[in-house]
Amino acid sequence: MSKITRRRFLAGGVAGGAAIAMAPGKKVFAANLDGFPNGMGVLVDMTRCVGCRTCEAACNKEQNLPEPEKPFDDASVFDEGYHGHEQRRTTEGAYTVVNRYDVPGSEPVYRKIQCNHCNEPACLTSCFVNAYKKTPEGAVIYDDKVCVGCRNCMIACPFNIPAYSYSSAFNPIIKKCIFCYDTRLKQGHIPACVESCPQQVMVFGKRKDLLKIAHDRIRKHPGKYVDHVYGEHEVGGTSWLYLSSVPFEQAGFNVTLQKEPIINNVKDFLAIVPMVLAIWPALFTGFHLLATKGKKHGDDHSHDQQEGHES
Amino acid sequence: MKNLIKSGVKPHDATMRADGKKWTFMEKMLLGLSLDQYIQQALRNKFNWLLALIFAIGIPLIIYRFIFGLGAVTHSSYDYPWGLLLGFGLFCMVPLSASGFMMGTAVELFGRHDFAPIERLALLNGLLGYFFAVVFLLVDLGQPWRLPYPMVYSFGPAAVLFLVGWHVATYLSVQVAEVSTAFFEWIGFKRGYEFIRKGTIGLTVSGIILSTLHQGALGALFVYAPGKVHPLWYSSAFQWIHFFVSSIPAGLCMVICVSTIVYHTMKWRCDDRFISNLDRITIALAKGAAMGLITYFFIKFLAVAHDNEWAYLATGWGLWWLAEIGFGVVLALAVLSFGIHNNNANICRIGAFITVFGILLNRLNTALITFNWNLYQEIPHVFEVIITITIFFIYIATYRFILNRLPILYQFKARADGQ
Repeated sequence: MSKITRRRFLAGGVAGGAAIAMAPGKKVFAANLDGFPNGMGVLVDMTRCVGCRTCEAACNKEQNLPEPEKPFDDASVFDEGYHGHEQRRTTEGAYTVVNRYDVPGSEPVYRKIQCNHCNEPACLTSCFVNAYKKTPEGAVIYDDKVCVGCRNCMIACPFNIPAYSYSSAFNPIIKKCIFCYDTRLKQGHIPACVESCPQQVMVFGKRKDLLKIAHDRIRKHPGKYVDHVYGEHEVGGTSWLYLSSVPFEQAGFNVTLQKEPIINNVKDFLAIVPMVLAIWPALFTGFHLLATKGKKHGDDHSHDQQEGHES
Repeated sequence: MKNLIKSGVKPHDATMRADGKKWTFMEKMLLGLSLDQYIQQALRNKFNWLLALIFAIGIPLIIYRFIFGLGAVTHSSYDYPWGLLLGFGLFCMVPLSASGFMMGTAVELFGRHDFAPIERLALLNGLLGYFFAVVFLLVDLGQPWRLPYPMVYSFGPAAVLFLVGWHVATYLSVQVAEVSTAFFEWIGFKRGYEFIRKGTIGLTVSGIILSTLHQGALGALFVYAPGKVHPLWYSSAFQWIHFFVSSIPAGLCMVICVSTIVYHTMKWRCDDRFISNLDRITIALAKGAAMGLITYFFIKFLAVAHDNEWAYLATGWGLWWLAEIGFGVVLALAVLSFGIHNNNANICRIGAFITVFGILLNRLNTALITFNWNLYQEIPHVFEVIITITIFFIYIATYRFILNRLPILYQFKARADGQ
């Protein structure tokens, strides 16, 4: 009886140890998934956007965000520049913004920016309290009750989306678009910005269907669109997809992003973690035995005779 | 203190007083001086006045930060979420504190007891550096009271920062245990001392494991940001090993720097064993650092070759990269080698200071200067700079407080010398 108990105990210990050692590895393999098959998304057709900022206003109302300094019908925000040349970005008070990009030799284009809800979000994989979650509906949401405020997700996000409520002294948290998850997406409803758009810029639907629609539009109007759906492959694919009439870099997109999820870059390191944990103890204890075998050792530290090894 | 010793005062340095009685706690705290003597020497010391000035400005600012939030003392940048507090406080303090595991390994594991006179200084340097990296972190975190969350409440084991958090926490306790031997000696708790000494090998091995991983992990944190960190400073395959390998010369040279400063400013506290071995040990440490640097030099270029980034070297950022390598690695290596070759400890010391500045430059480049290289340059808020300086000087003050008292630079005698 006692033998079985002991064996069970040992087995449990080994399994527990293995589980701990494997913990970083598990996620690495899961990263090869293509995301949730029925995840929703939004296709943004920038050729239709006129920069009315109605979506910004709708988001502001839906998410109970503070009133902006300039009203939403004020077009002068498009001329604002930050740090010399930067245009507006998402902030703790605005989860989505529309920017204007002047394109040489053609009409300016407008681009709506918000969280792109990656299939394999870098913010999620960088969070050490697991505050982020990719829901089966496609939204990347987060639990601000556990957010410690390390801001690693802001470092990791390739689209510079998460903002932080620095102004709060006692409860600063990450702030970003959550795809209207709590109030709409969960019930299968259309997000506020999509619903509000008077120009039908955005189509809400299953991501896989949106990709078909996007490629259909490109095929039917080859002169109108650039032959690329931004978000189809960028950093492993995003739930929000973009169509453009001008090269994407001219509309402020980062076109240098890799196709693989960001977490793939970190796998090299994560893979060595269990190896170091497993190999180092024996390796260095071995070194110790090799180095000190046959030598006096202990607390007697006056080994002046070893000076000869020095030079 | 120098003057006091000249006038015949003996600082506390033994278990028993000369007359065979035990020291009281107060006497130990006052270094064996009378209260008057202690206060007078503290007032005479000009460095204390500098500290007072810095703390008078900086400590209210730290309190201000906790009342009014990070937004009041930083630029609240969304694009540079990690500013100087982490860029310096975490990413620079940790590599400079790699000395603990390096010297622990050399002395305890490889049996190189010829390094023993400096082992405790190296361990203390490690402990304090890590401790203050955590202090910097606490000031920078949005909700520092939630720091234990990744330990006990909400786990994100796939995140590199999770590993950093766990390892720094575990390693801090390992270092507390390692340094506690000096503390136990000082308070006269012999059983505690013997208990910890028995576990030395285990502690040292865990120190190597944890250090390998979290020194590397600090580098791996930046692997999350391809495109933000400049390609020359970015390497998804080698970032962790760059950070780990460069932490070796960083830690060793930091010990050389600290021992140099200590030798010139608190010589009274160093015993003969420390002073007479210092030059020899400095050169030996410089050898280790030089080997680390040359390895680092090769793997830096290996990374450029691996990702085929040669073309970047011809750009402005490339020149800056070459300048960092030229100063922090090539020049440092040349000076160290010259010092080693000529058996000249002072030249090695100069090389050590260059190495330390080179590592600082590398970490600041990765975290701050070349970060967001195709956006704009963030210049830290003046309050953030003052807070960073203040915490660094609290670190120096704590360092000095401990060196003054615990048997780090001197060996504890069983009984003090007679008058």
